[in-house]
Amino acid sequence: MVPTSYYLILSAVLFGLGVVAFVFKRNVITIFMSIELMLNAVNLAFVAFSQARHQSDGQVFVLFVIVVAAAEAAVGLGIIILMARNRQSLNVERVDLLKL
Amino acid sequence: MTPQLAVFFVLAALAVLGALNLIIQRHPIHSALSLIVVMIALAGLYLLMGSEFVAAVQIIVYGGAIMVLFVFVIMLLNAGVEERTNISKLAGIAGIPLAVALLGFLAAAIARSNESAQAGFESSTLANTKEISTMLFKDFVYPFELTSFLILVAILGAIVLAQREKS
Amino acid sequence: MISFLNANATIIIYLVKIALLLFIVLTVNAYLTWFERKVVAHMQSRWGPHRVGPHGLLQPLADGAKFLLKEDPTPAGVDKFTYFLAPLMALALALTSIAIIPFGPQPLHLFGRDITLGIADLNIGILALFAITALSVYGVALAGWSSNSKYPLLGGLRSSAQMVSYELSLTMSVVGVLLLAGSFNLRDIINAQAHHPERGIFGWNVWPQILGFFCFFVAAVAETNRVPFDLPEAESELVAGFHTEYASFKFAMFFIAEYTSMITVSCLCTIMFFGGWLSPFPASWTFTHYLPSVILIPFGLWVIWDGIRYETIFGRIILPGVGSAITAMGAVLIAFPTVNEFIQGPFWLLAKIFVFLFVYVWMRGTLPRFRYDQLMSFGWKLLLPVSIANVVITAFAILMWGAR
Repeated sequence: MVPTSYYLILSAVLFGLGVVAFVFKRNVITIFMSIELMLNAVNLAFVAFSQARHQSDGQVFVLFVIVVAAAEAAVGLGIIILMARNRQSLNVERVDLLKL
Repeated sequence: MTPQLAVFFVLAALAVLGALNLIIQRHPIHSALSLIVVMIALAGLYLLMGSEFVAAVQIIVYGGAIMVLFVFVIMLLNAGVEERTNISKLAGIAGIPLAVALLGFLAAAIARSNESAQAGFESSTLANTKEISTMLFKDFVYPFELTSFLILVAILGAIVLAQREKS
Repeated sequence: MISFLNANATIIIYLVKIALLLFIVLTVNAYLTWFERKVVAHMQSRWGPHRVGPHGLLQPLADGAKFLLKEDPTPAGVDKFTYFLAPLMALALALTSIAIIPFGPQPLHLFGRDITLGIADLNIGILALFAITALSVYGVALAGWSSNSKYPLLGGLRSSAQMVSYELSLTMSVVGVLLLAGSFNLRDIINAQAHHPERGIFGWNVWPQILGFFCFFVAAVAETNRVPFDLPEAESELVAGFHTEYASFKFAMFFIAEYTSMITVSCLCTIMFFGGWLSPFPASWTFTHYLPSVILIPFGLWVIWDGIRYETIFGRIILPGVGSAITAMGAVLIAFPTVNEFIQGPFWLLAKIFVFLFVYVWMRGTLPRFRYDQLMSFGWKLLLPVSIANVVITAFAILMWGAR
């Protein structure tokens, strides 16, 4: 049996790595992927707690998080496609002014 | 070292290495592939904990749909290798030890907490899928229907955003 | 040595099962290519392979040798990691999906242990198969993109868009079967069809779920990129689609992946809609248990008779040998009733899988292919609403009249 704290530490590590990727990368698609990584870390914590307390609420919430992440990815990537079309660049450092 | 602990360490190492690879790689397609590895490792961890339905949904939805969307967008936008940044070296030299120290404190605090419960394979009375679906359709039926509406809104939004301008 | 085997028995049994199943699946793949070439050729009034070995039976060996020995060039400018990963991923995923399929109801009693037929009996069997199907989109998409050339890129994008679209209809058309069976486990789905053993063929899922069966079969053919949905890899349209730039062994990996997914889909169709290992005859007709022997013995005798008069000397030696092996198998089944009872389940499963594979090959020989826009509109505007309607109708019927 694996103690719950191991899962929580892993979740914290993944979340931290997601934050590092979010801050340090400049390609907007990679930044978006780091958001997905953070959501996954949170999912892991939810499932770990849910199994530790033998209740299924956490897992139901994980399903909702996955659905919301899917919807967000769809719309977000649509916005990224528009951004790439208008500014011809996927570098977030070039998107620092409202003026094109 | 029970077999479950060994499997946990293997999957956890795979997940952390995948996340590190996401940061290190310079081409977004390689970052996307590393993220797929992380998701599959996490699905394995869910399976280890006994949540088989969540593991299957994770692979089908996250790994098979959301990441496919990312890979398509990377392919279509022809995203190239990232350029060199002029971020200061001091941030790296001072930041990484601080981050590791913070993580160490966090890990110690978690490990010392009262979470002595084992997130194991404890079988409940119902199978995992049946339990989740009962709860989803009885207690959480309103959020469930709302998520279908949310997905519809997302589909409409994505279609409108990605349309070519009528010029 | 014996005590070592006894102590680690479970792991060793699994390893042996995996090795045996891999060997069998790869051999079936190879002879499926022979079967396809022969059947399509006879449908086109020609012979197909008939020089390499008697009746062309050694043609797969020659093809395998060719794939291994040809030059394996890597085009310039490809993304090396992804170029090498894509066929590996396609092959690994296709072969993994065979592990979930159960091959027989009764376990085999060997060395005092019960060995179940089938490697992994998952409680989420169908969901795991869908997970593997969802991941196999990557093999195609990454192969097309990493080839650094426009025809593979177009073919890869078209093919992965097609696979993603038909995946929805695939999963929705199965929901009816799951509602009737009440479980994701493949063995439970077959056992739910065995609820009334005196109905025989009329107890199978295909009768209440005829709409679901057609949606599933069409969506599955589209998922495996076979005719009539094979525009992304058609020869005259896009050179060879997403595997244009792949040479000998990597192309062979895509090839094996495609045929293996064909086999998996045939297995799924039989398990979910056609009763899996259940016999089509009612359970009270126990004389039908001799059907395997009744088929095998005359077939073996015919092979011997054909082999004795074959043209080449090699054929005159090999064919009678094969024929006598088949006749001996049939005789063993009559002589040993316990073996006969054990072999009933796998025999019917393999017979039905063979029928589905024949239907696949038949479609390849006769149907023209869809145009891409016709394909996409068919998938989204016809197949998906029909499969959702199937779910609604099934749910309503279960509410009114109960599942069985």
